Amino acid sequence: MDRLTFATVWLGGCSGCHMSFLDLDEWLVDLADMVEIVYSPIIDRKEYPENVAVCLIEGAVANEDNLEQVKLIRARTRLLISFGDCAVTGNVTAMRNPLRTAEPVLQRAYLDTANLRPRIPQARGIVPPLLDQVLPVHEVVPVDYFLPGCPPPADRIRTLLRDVIAGKGSLLSGENIRFG
Amino acid sequence: MPVKTLTIDGKPVSAVEGQTVLEAAQDAGISIPTLCHLDGVSDVGACRLCLVEVAGVSRLLPACVTKVTEEMEVRTESERLKRYRRMILELLFAERNHVCAVCVSNGRCELQNLAVAQGMDHVRFAYRFPPYEVDITHRMFGMDHNRCVLCSRCVRVCWFIEGAATKNVAGRGADARIITDLSQPWGESETCTSCGKCVQACPTGAKFHKGSTVAEMERDRSRLEYIVTAREKKQWIV
Repeated sequence: MDRLTFATVWLGGCSGCHMSFLDLDEWLVDLADMVEIVYSPIIDRKEYPENVAVCLIEGAVANEDNLEQVKLIRARTRLLISFGDCAVTGNVTAMRNPLRTAEPVLQRAYLDTANLRPRIPQARGIVPPLLDQVLPVHEVVPVDYFLPGCPPPADRIRTLLRDVIAGKGSLLSGENIRFG
Repeated sequence: MPVKTLTIDGKPVSAVEGQTVLEAAQDAGISIPTLCHLDGVSDVGACRLCLVEVAGVSRLLPACVTKVTEEMEVRTESERLKRYRRMILELLFAERNHVCAVCVSNGRCELQNLAVAQGMDHVRFAYRFPPYEVDITHRMFGMDHNRCVLCSRCVRVCWFIEGAATKNVAGRGADARIITDLSQPWGESETCTSCGKCVQACPTGAKFHKGSTVAEMERDRSRLEYIVTAREKKQWIV
């Protein structure tokens, strides 16, 4: 049987969802029999490929690079899954949104609290500028399934991946959709 | 006591005249989701989660403030109700800044539990991200307006159980907010008795004990029941 092409992506989040993914422990070996990981922070590939069957997307859309990436990923992916609370709700990444712009956050992090050479980093093409408002993934592109949790426990990830790989769609319900 | 007979989800139920549909359902062991309802204080129908269908009435009615009538036919479960309940929850989540992962009530929150029960795996409305403040001027308690759902349970326990009338609602619609006295910092209130009933009554993490951190805000609702029992039955028993 041909293995499904599978990707995981890390946008504006803490990588905790990916840590939880690694928590799948020996099931990762089973997963490797079912899917081929074609793009992920845990493999070495620079560009998101074409024709990805399933993609877990961690993190919210927080900067211009995320925004560009998420559109490219959507165009090249059959089933896009919002992976964790930041992707689903904005969560902690979006806690700066009530400040309305990115400016007060940069001011606080790089000027007010800096000891050495206080300066807001600006390097076009290298450091992506922050968006004024952080957005959950589905407010930017259509999302097929939602996998909430901060982070989603490994069992929850396995339940969803099993269903999706088996072509059943997502049947998450009850405690498996709890935020936080 | 005049008795009314009605059906709830096809089940024949008898209720005392003056009882609400919610009370009749609870007595019959039928559960209806609620958020602004709190046993022992008067109902206001603020959250609309307890909406039910009544035969012959085209609009949905809130069970907590709808009185039973003779031969009433009530339905508490339908696709339409499911749709509305989920929509109400999504609007509540989108209205303020509910970040479960960093909330004192994570894992013990009535809003979070309702989202689980109603199958809300994401919010389809754009989040508003309004700027709200946290009032930690009180010696023992804090109020985080970001997490408030305007159920007014804190206001009602303050007025009708404690009798202090410290808490109130100011403003209208989504801009409404819970205030202390004449909209002043909680710590400067001259009427607050620091009884903590408002903190016990809060369904989310909006009102909390100072010093509690993520997921630590455990409430002891029996403290409220104790006072309600004392008031209604004149018995000081736990």
